[in-house]
Amino acid sequence: MSDPILRLSGVFTDIAQYHILQGVDFEVPRGQVTMLLGRNGVGKTTTLRTIMGHWRARAGQIVLDGQDIAGLPTPAISRMGVGYVPENMGIFSDLTIEENMILAASSGPIDRARLDWLFSVFPPLQTFWKGQAGNLSGGQKQMLSIARAMVEERRLYLIDEPTKGLAPAIVSTMAGALRQLKDQGASILLVEQNFSVARALGDSAVVMDDGRVVWAGAMAELANDASLQERLMGLSMEAGH
Amino acid sequence: MTAAPDHRPTMSRAGLGERLGPYLPVLLIPAIMLFGLVAIPSMSSWLTLTVSGLAMGMMIFIMASGMTLVFGLMDVINFGHGVFISVGAFVGISILLVLAHMTEAPSLALNLAAILAAVLAAMAATGVLGWAFERVIVKPVYGAHLKQILVTMGGLIVVEQLIIVLWGPEEIYILRPEALQGAITFAGAAMEKYRLLAVGIGAVLFVVMRYTLRRTKIGLIVRAGVENGEMVEALGYRLRLVFVGVFIAGSALAGLGGVMWGLYQEVITAHMGQQIMILIFIVVIIGGLGSVEGCFIGALLVGLLQNYIAFLEPKAALISNIGLMVAILMWRPQGMIPVVKAK
Repeated sequence: MSDPILRLSGVFTDIAQYHILQGVDFEVPRGQVTMLLGRNGVGKTTTLRTIMGHWRARAGQIVLDGQDIAGLPTPAISRMGVGYVPENMGIFSDLTIEENMILAASSGPIDRARLDWLFSVFPPLQTFWKGQAGNLSGGQKQMLSIARAMVEERRLYLIDEPTKGLAPAIVSTMAGALRQLKDQGASILLVEQNFSVARALGDSAVVMDDGRVVWAGAMAELANDASLQERLMGLSMEAGH
Repeated sequence: MTAAPDHRPTMSRAGLGERLGPYLPVLLIPAIMLFGLVAIPSMSSWLTLTVSGLAMGMMIFIMASGMTLVFGLMDVINFGHGVFISVGAFVGISILLVLAHMTEAPSLALNLAAILAAVLAAMAATGVLGWAFERVIVKPVYGAHLKQILVTMGGLIVVEQLIIVLWGPEEIYILRPEALQGAITFAGAAMEKYRLLAVGIGAVLFVVMRYTLRRTKIGLIVRAGVENGEMVEALGYRLRLVFVGVFIAGSALAGLGGVMWGLYQEVITAHMGQQIMILIFIVVIIGGLGSVEGCFIGALLVGLLQNYIAFLEPKAALISNIGLMVAILMWRPQGMIPVVKAK
């Protein structure tokens, strides 16, 4: 197997007096979708935010393509080719969809062919291109949030719960978009609570509990073993099938 | 996975009230002018007061615009903003005194050239001072509002004392350049030439600022940064640099306002910036913290109302701006054009 695109080794992150990450170790293989799974509050979002530099790791290494990025400022990490979709979507409500996308294309003008592809994946973005992003529905905002990360080719995509709270129709749109991204060979670290989506997209999975990785392996292995799911995550994923 | 139905989102058309909502604050300006027209018996007096109010409003806008941007983008309450006004005035007026041969010449071109030199020197000086102020005083207290108030007030006192050390404690009187003294008459109304110049400069500055914020990438970064700075950084932009740039620009604008206000009053003191801060706070608050458009509208409302009320009922002029603030905050507690902030 080729070198992983991202490797976390012994990462500890504190938020105020709370020790959230307590020695996180895992790898994200190049060109694959890695699912980051676990119950609420186990440190999945903190892991993504630590990788992105929003929160500084107290200890440990975060190696992106051979370079330790722990301690680098967020803009430097982003400019190394990391696209980030936060849990709260992070869209700029006061700006138009066009302005959101222009801002996301930080290395230059938006590539027309890529934009056309994004319009085909997320048609509402073309429909409301000149409209204020704050007026979009929740699902449309999530489309914009993901499209913003996809507007330029990235080395690694960090996507935090893209289907959270969305209607089934929009979940399907999201899954389709991520599938297309995966088919292009993108490396993705995806936090996802919807196990159907996780099983359909994931190549590998990392399960966290209490700020640590408690299991890592092939997604298929986890998906096909209900008792393993029960043991790792304390609930039956069959319910989500 | 079960196949989901096609997603066909629609966006409903906003109602008339919703569409007009954002423009209501703009309509307040003609509304207040109309009030003046009805209340003031003489048309020529109304015209004179209107130009005077607009000029005053434009100068307040120039001084306040930097402060509102700094608050919106950096979440910094800079009580020391007034000191940039004072420093700008002292540097600019000193240049004008040196260039007396140009200001005393009856040539509009020479007069404007002298003012331009004074403005550039004042903006450069206050820009550098703003950079130092941000690095030394503001940077250590990002995110701590109470400390910001205390240290920026402290910074204001220190710099004011430095002004007294450098220029002395006395007021400095200055005459406006020769070609800008006096007034022109139009429809029987006397309009001071300097006030017309102030209206022109303020209007141009507003257009430039609005264009920069709406049509350039740096403007996009600033507007997005006001709403969600963390996400702007996640897109690869070094917001800290933008912070510093905005602080410098805001300080330089206050310096420009200081020169203009000094020439308007024809006297400068070390405390002039501190004295005008009350009006600036009112404008920034009623405009909507962080909103340049709101600041512009608020400044014009304050300028017009103060002039009209001072003419109609001089004693009431003292409370007219506070009354305006109370009325607007009862109508829109977040200010006329509130800035969206990420939760």
